[in-house]
Amino acid sequence: MDLFRAHVLVCGGTGCTSSGSAELIRRFEEQLELNGLEKEIKVVRTGCFGLCEAGPVVIVYPEGTFYSRVKPDDVNEIVAEHLIKGRQVQRLVYSAEKSQVATSLNQMQFYEKQKRIALRNCGVIDPENIDEYIAFDGYQALGKALTEMSREEVIDTVKKSGLRGRGGGGFPTGLKWEFAFKSAADQKFVCCNADEGDPGAFMDRSVLEGDPHAVLEAMAIAGYAIGASEGWIYVRAEYPIAVKRLYIAIEQAREYNLLGKGIFGTDFNFDINIRLGAGAFVCGEETALMTSIEGKRGEPRPRPPFPAVKGLFESPTILNNVETFANIPQILINGWEWFASMGTERSKGTKVFALGGKINNTGLVEIPMGTPLRDIIFDIGGGIPGGKAFKAVQTGGPSGGCIPSSLIDTPIEYDSLIAIGSMMGSGGMIVMDEDNCMVDIARFFLDFTVDESCGKCVPCRIGTRRMLEILERIVDGKGEEEDIPKLESLAKTIKATALCGLGQTAPNPVLSTLRYFRDEYEAHIKEKRCPAGHCQALLQYFITDKCVGCTKCARICPVGAITGKVKEHHVIDQAKCIKCGQCVENCRFNAIIKK
Amino acid sequence: MKTLEELKAIRDRARDSVDLRRDNAGTRIVVGMATCGIAAGARPVMLAFVEEIARRGLKDVTVSQTGCIGMCRLEPMVEVYAPDKEKVTYVKLNPDMVGRIVAEHIVNGNIVSDYTIGAAE
Ligand SMILES: Cc1cc2nc3c(=O)[nH]c(=O)nc-3n(C[C@H](O)[C@H](O)[C@H](O)COP(=O)(O)O)c2cc1C
Repeated sequence: MDLFRAHVLVCGGTGCTSSGSAELIRRFEEQLELNGLEKEIKVVRTGCFGLCEAGPVVIVYPEGTFYSRVKPDDVNEIVAEHLIKGRQVQRLVYSAEKSQVATSLNQMQFYEKQKRIALRNCGVIDPENIDEYIAFDGYQALGKALTEMSREEVIDTVKKSGLRGRGGGGFPTGLKWEFAFKSAADQKFVCCNADEGDPGAFMDRSVLEGDPHAVLEAMAIAGYAIGASEGWIYVRAEYPIAVKRLYIAIEQAREYNLLGKGIFGTDFNFDINIRLGAGAFVCGEETALMTSIEGKRGEPRPRPPFPAVKGLFESPTILNNVETFANIPQILINGWEWFASMGTERSKGTKVFALGGKINNTGLVEIPMGTPLRDIIFDIGGGIPGGKAFKAVQTGGPSGGCIPSSLIDTPIEYDSLIAIGSMMGSGGMIVMDEDNCMVDIARFFLDFTVDESCGKCVPCRIGTRRMLEILERIVDGKGEEEDIPKLESLAKTIKATALCGLGQTAPNPVLSTLRYFRDEYEAHIKEKRCPAGHCQALLQYFITDKCVGCTKCARICPVGAITGKVKEHHVIDQAKCIKCGQCVENCRFNAIIKK
Repeated sequence: MKTLEELKAIRDRARDSVDLRRDNAGTRIVVGMATCGIAAGARPVMLAFVEEIARRGLKDVTVSQTGCIGMCRLEPMVEVYAPDKEKVTYVKLNPDMVGRIVAEHIVNGNIVSDYTIGAAE
């Protein structure tokens, strides 16, 4: 075996790949070879480290030095200075960590309050090398389940751990498995939901890219538990890196006979297929997903019968989310007590969130359940950029709601989020600051659901469109007094009558913003004013006393709405102004404001 | 894969290649690798440490580098940081001296006084 004195880990997640990490790997390999170091230092392409904001990320072990925003031209310096002479390249070390001491990931503030279970191997192992997964105890749990535990014991362990589904609904995973176990049938299936359709969410993608074997191992364990020999992963085709690594992982697992026939010398057979989704949001809904795997148009169907009784190809099926699966091997290895000791009474373990929007550390975080929202946004997320005020955070994607700043100390758990009108969802977390208009946010999500509605049931197909029209009217300055009660009554009907979760939850973004930001709706409707200064149609531009009469704006205005004499205060004719904002951008005296 | 033992064998083999990336609470051997150190022959010394530690299968021991420690005339210099112990600085090393340091100091905890900075001064 080759001996390496140092490892250079380069993030190969989607974020860092698009900011050029593949080129970094090439340069490192080239430079190491030029310097005759290729036998001393190993370059490893890993999954996502989570701090996407700082990408591309490179970590050098054994020191654990965390380099951020590394450019191809920086590679020579890292090799010459750090790898040859042992001097960290300070200017590239992640900015919150300017200390001279070798830092490890766990000492960085971004990681300090995190607890990585589902993400534990992401950014640590080479996802295309099964040996590295095994080195970090991979496939031990499957071995243990098959050789030392009965099916009932596996299900019991998952039940007692308190694990609940991470795909949105939060259904107890062990219970789901038990239902399928009890359904008698010759053929059963295990499905993995890797459709991940929430705008801004990329938790599942990162797990698949960084630790694909964890999902395969868990699916095999689930197969053993319920008595299935076949698994299906439904993953969207827009995740090419994840798909490629899944194929590689499946191939490697087959070579080691960790998938296939007679696994671990037992009579248990299990293999996994992949089905690529075309990126329709509704195909993340469980019945639509299975219909799509069957090769039909991805539309939901009523439940019952539940998939555990009649699922894929009419057989008993369990469907779990990627992150749910990623927890399973750890639970079997460390015991349900270990898992249940984390989190709160009714929400155990951890949850991964994709932090986005108006936040300094955009990226992927995994926190123990029960962590207050405040810690995520201000400690891990590093707060709001540009000194702006925090206004709200959206969780649960198009099915969720906006949580206002007054509730920022709410602990993150399934039930407390529902109580305040949002939901855990699959883990998208979009932060908003004072410049975000909450009516427009509601309009954005409704626009998304209207687009993604499959059209099968009337409440969703037509009801959500009517709601969207009202919202568009309001942000356009044409809102009417009855609009709020109309929205509320439509919302109530749609929630009660839509066929699947898509429609049933579609009104949530509207209801939660109405609940906490009703005054903003009213300002739009009654005063024709957008308090956040966001809605173009409701804005007016004004020239303040700072104007020195340079005439630049008058010359730039494309519609001739600005008039004034040289060295005199200019004015904007509101009737002519088209609110293009050109004048604001070009005024050298900051004399033009919008309000 | 037929048995758990087979899996464990792969794991143990594969662990050696990822050990560097584990959180390490153990001993750190730091080699001075600035221009002065390299000119005085620090690279073969460092590689000798890496090999010796791998040969003995020592876990929790890492070899890393640092810049100029400040006494260029005593290079190649190596500092050993063991948990809860005073730092020990070895000077004017060559690869032949490495085996003894690993055996006596790293494994058995006895400082090789002949090679330390105190002896040289
Ligand atoms: C419109 C809609 C979209 C959904 N999209 C996803 C998705 O992208 N990923 C996911 O895991 N679950 C999604 N779900 C939830 C699934 O229907 C299902 O509850 C979940 O995959 C079950 O796995 P779990 O128990 O492990 O969470 C969606 C549900 C609805 C109604």
